[in-house]
Amino acid sequence: MTKVKKSSMLLSCLLLAALVSLLAYIDGSASSYIVRITRLCAINIVLALSMNLVQGFTGIFSLGHAGFMAIGAYTVALLTIPVAKKETLFMLEPLIAPFNTLTLPFGAALLIGGLLAAALAFLIGLPCLRLRGDYLAIATLGFSEIIRIVITNAQSLTNGAQGLKSIPKTANIWWCYGIALAVLIFISLLISSSFGRALKAIREDEIAAESMGISLLGHKMLSFMLSAFLAGVGGGLYASYIGTIGPDVFQISRTYDILMIVVMGGMGSISGSVVAAFLVTIGQEWLRVLDGPLPFLPFWPENGVSGMRMVVFSILLLIVILFFRNGLFGHREITWSAIGRRLSALAGHHKDGEVKAHE
Amino acid sequence: MNKRVLEVNHATMRFGGLVAVNDLCMHIDHQEIVALIGPNGAGKTTAFNMITGVYTPTSGSVTLNSRSITGLRPDRIAHAGIARTFQNIRLFKSLTVLDNVLIAQHLRLTSSWPAAVLRMPRYRRENEQMYRRAEELLTYMGLWDVRGEIANSLPYGMQRKLEIARALATQPVLLLLDEPAAGMNPAESAELTELIRGIRDRFHLTVLLIEHHMDVVMDISDRIYVLNYGSLIAEGTPAEIQQNEDVIHAYLGGDDDEA
Ligand SMILES: Nc1ncnc2c1ncn2[C@@H]1O[C@H](COP(=O)(O)OP(=O)(O)OP(=O)(O)O)[C@@H](O)[C@H]1O
Ligand SMILES: [Mg+2]
Repeated sequence: MTKVKKSSMLLSCLLLAALVSLLAYIDGSASSYIVRITRLCAINIVLALSMNLVQGFTGIFSLGHAGFMAIGAYTVALLTIPVAKKETLFMLEPLIAPFNTLTLPFGAALLIGGLLAAALAFLIGLPCLRLRGDYLAIATLGFSEIIRIVITNAQSLTNGAQGLKSIPKTANIWWCYGIALAVLIFISLLISSSFGRALKAIREDEIAAESMGISLLGHKMLSFMLSAFLAGVGGGLYASYIGTIGPDVFQISRTYDILMIVVMGGMGSISGSVVAAFLVTIGQEWLRVLDGPLPFLPFWPENGVSGMRMVVFSILLLIVILFFRNGLFGHREITWSAIGRRLSALAGHHKDGEVKAHE
Repeated sequence: MNKRVLEVNHATMRFGGLVAVNDLCMHIDHQEIVALIGPNGAGKTTAFNMITGVYTPTSGSVTLNSRSITGLRPDRIAHAGIARTFQNIRLFKSLTVLDNVLIAQHLRLTSSWPAAVLRMPRYRRENEQMYRRAEELLTYMGLWDVRGEIANSLPYGMQRKLEIARALATQPVLLLLDEPAAGMNPAESAELTELIRGIRDRFHLTVLLIEHHMDVVMDISDRIYVLNYGSLIAEGTPAEIQQNEDVIHAYLGGDDDEA
């Protein structure tokens, strides 16, 4: 037992070291395009894990992610854009206090963005989390749109439709992967704890969970607020990643983008979300050629069909869902002992003492 | 010794125009095994749902150990010490047998979620305690060897046992069993009868069960309540109930006695 734990710990450290060297290599030697995509992968890991917590582990069909991201993104933008830049940005109406004179370090801004998103989740959750299934989806979708409309109209706070430019691009590869790793560890520890088991129980059967003494509202609220916090942090990272944000960045389609990662990886699989975040992010970039002209197809419009990549991507997603009904991973996780079992099975020799790893 | 554990006072449950349970009065003393019987649709499960907080009685009250639990949420009632099983098995289907029993102990956890995430010493102790209790319970119920199986993949009889194990894991004072012998053959239901008695003695429990298998009911019950069309028509020892004209009439005049 402890031996197994020790060797997994060692393997994890080795993997981490390999990852750090790979990132250092990409950061130093790869093209800025590759670096950008690599960073986006990490941001999508944060967003996918945050959504998987509510959707996959708690079974709450919440579609408010874009709204929580927007809160984090605007908070980070307002707290990190230099004061001088803000004055030139807000042309129609001046920015209100205290943001007009305040700048904070990126880390603090991220944290505040997350906390604000969580606070908003509390307010939204109180009425909405009592709803069931589809009603909750529609209500959260509506709230996400309301947030966007408020952002569009709160000219003196958000600069309205003009959006915010010159957000410092602090979110380099180390920020992105540092936070992604922290979120990964946090979610793993939460899910494998008694609270994680309670969330899964709610997903499985609300009536039974409640009869076993699990407070539905309390635990759903916990999951919803933590998820909103992480979505806010992810949104803050995203703001710093793209440098320019406006209300249209946080349309419902942002929520669908993340949902796609979660579904493809498997609702309720942490490893699935991580792997799918890479696949989907890189895949979408890679398929970008489809949006442009395709000269080898004689019947294809000369200037290409914009949006073609999303069509192809959606078809690919459909295929994944049709053939792996629970996504690539289902509820399963990649663990060292699982890899070990696979390897020894491949090598053809059976180990007698099955490893019973209970956390 | 004759401590009142449960008291149901004039409880009525109305669904629109339908009176599912009408003015029900019953009580159960410490370590008694009491059966609630009656034809299909008599209101037995509805009575369970009123006791466990799934429904709030339209009128009347329920007390546990002299404390009113009327109108409390189901999770609060579980905290207060009532655990139940369901007529149509409601396990956490895609989770393991072990997880099912661990989850039922979550309500006794005193650590906060940050303490759990950070694996603070107190949480670790509590978590280890949960695993120990789970092992003890699953071993007692003969399910320890299948602890790693997905609940849904177990044979029917084992799923019923797992539901009982899960209910016990909440550390109840009163256990409600909704048709525990449903779908079992005579040998299995005889074994179940012994199991329920064993549980009562070992965990010092009080048991209320709904059951259609009359051999089980007559063998196990200290007392029996009989419902028909939502109303109590008889109460007494198995011997008294077997002689009761109204009961015989309700069963012969009503539906079949087998679900
Ligand atoms: N939520 C509800 N809404 C409306 N009617 C209900 C509801 N729950 C139960 N009933 C009705 O109340 C009556 C009693 O149902 P209940 O399930 O309590 O019967 P039961 O005695 O458990 O029967 P069985 O032996 O078939 O399980 C039935 O007529 C049922 O249709
Ligand atoms: Mg019933």
